[in-house]
Amino acid sequence: MDIKAGLLNNNKRAAARLITMLENGIEEALDIIKECYHLTGHARIVGITGPPGAGKSTVTDKLAKALRKEGLTVGIIAVDPTSPFTGGAILGDRVRMSDLSTDPGVFIRSMGTRGALGGLSKAAHGAVKVLDIFGMDYIFIETVGVGQSEVDIVKLADTVIMVMVPGLGDDIQAIKAGIMEIGDVFAVNKSDRDGAERTAAEIEAMLDFNKQEDYRPSVVNLIARDNVGVDKLLEAIENHRAYLDASGRYRSRKRDSLRTEVIEIFKENVIRSVARLEEDTNVLEELTESVLERRIDPYTAAARLMDSFTENGV
Amino acid sequence: MERPIRVVVAKPGLDGHDRGAKVVARALRDAGMEVIYTGLRQTPEQIVETAIQEDADCVAMSILSGAHNHLFPKVVQLLKEKEAEDILVVGGGVIPEDDIPGLLEAGISAIFTPGTPTTVTIDFIRENIRKK
Repeated sequence: MDIKAGLLNNNKRAAARLITMLENGIEEALDIIKECYHLTGHARIVGITGPPGAGKSTVTDKLAKALRKEGLTVGIIAVDPTSPFTGGAILGDRVRMSDLSTDPGVFIRSMGTRGALGGLSKAAHGAVKVLDIFGMDYIFIETVGVGQSEVDIVKLADTVIMVMVPGLGDDIQAIKAGIMEIGDVFAVNKSDRDGAERTAAEIEAMLDFNKQEDYRPSVVNLIARDNVGVDKLLEAIENHRAYLDASGRYRSRKRDSLRTEVIEIFKENVIRSVARLEEDTNVLEELTESVLERRIDPYTAAARLMDSFTENGV
Repeated sequence: MERPIRVVVAKPGLDGHDRGAKVVARALRDAGMEVIYTGLRQTPEQIVETAIQEDADCVAMSILSGAHNHLFPKVVQLLKEKEAEDILVVGGGVIPEDDIPGLLEAGISAIFTPGTPTTVTIDFIRENIRKK
């Protein structure tokens, strides 16, 4: 299969295979991305995050359907946790998106975290690029159910929707220093339940403390299951995007996340180069031994590793 | 690094009994596979689209309603139409002994009836997926 040609000709199989290759770290996949990177930048990237069971998949499903009605195409990347013990995973987000499977304008991909701890999978960045090149107008990234510190989505998405539910009560206090800071839009799902008003009020109260004055995240009450409030949520996403464009923050946000991405790739390459160097020289093992014997300290060892790096022209 | 095998576990047809499918899903997960679980009442079209978008190595289906003779071969046929016949198809559930030869003939690679140890299913998938 010619994957690049397939990707550019709306062949879902090719796009799917390319994502797998990225997940498995196959070099050839990076070459294809390099050749097609100039085609990225079209899609609007929206992160959907929130605690487990808040309704992220259902919200994603309903947003995708609303956008499809407007004739827009939608890519969805749904991340679920990988077992740290077996490497296996149950990826179950499609259960809530069954009707979207056969829609030609929708592409859904489930991914396991495979050891990444920030709420995304390691290949999520790559998968977004694939779906962007594939021509999707919107890309939703559904994170794993988050607790307090899984904030990587903020580096990938233009707009982050934090899906909350009533009844978490004081948990809002507990998490406000972590994930609550990254929401550009707050959705209080399952708003037919007791306490929805209070949850919304607590979020609003938290937002009162925000320093950023030119944008205040909207708080939207929602019953995603019954498709109630989804239009308001979509409007809030669009408002945030309009704000990003008008204020110039879209560019600065992108610049920040791209810088981080380049550094991340650089780090990975360094680690890989160390592994390659080690195959020939055993430098790392010798330095480690010296540290173990307390002849040198870890900082000196790292500096020497760096030196042998440049000497070997890696 | 060994890449994880990706398996779509699906319940085609109208019966609402997914306990067996969930047990298999869990066993495959514990064997280090990535299981894409689709839930109940999936049409063959949905299953095939899912397998393609997820770049699955294998589709594992469970039926207890008796519609296996229609639905299992339909999935195989649709995969062929989408030029995705390299994806391994296996089935399970309450399947009468007499129906099995016909299903194998239709392109389902294996049928696992009740009582099959999950290790048998796991080994079969490991040994029969097309290496990419």
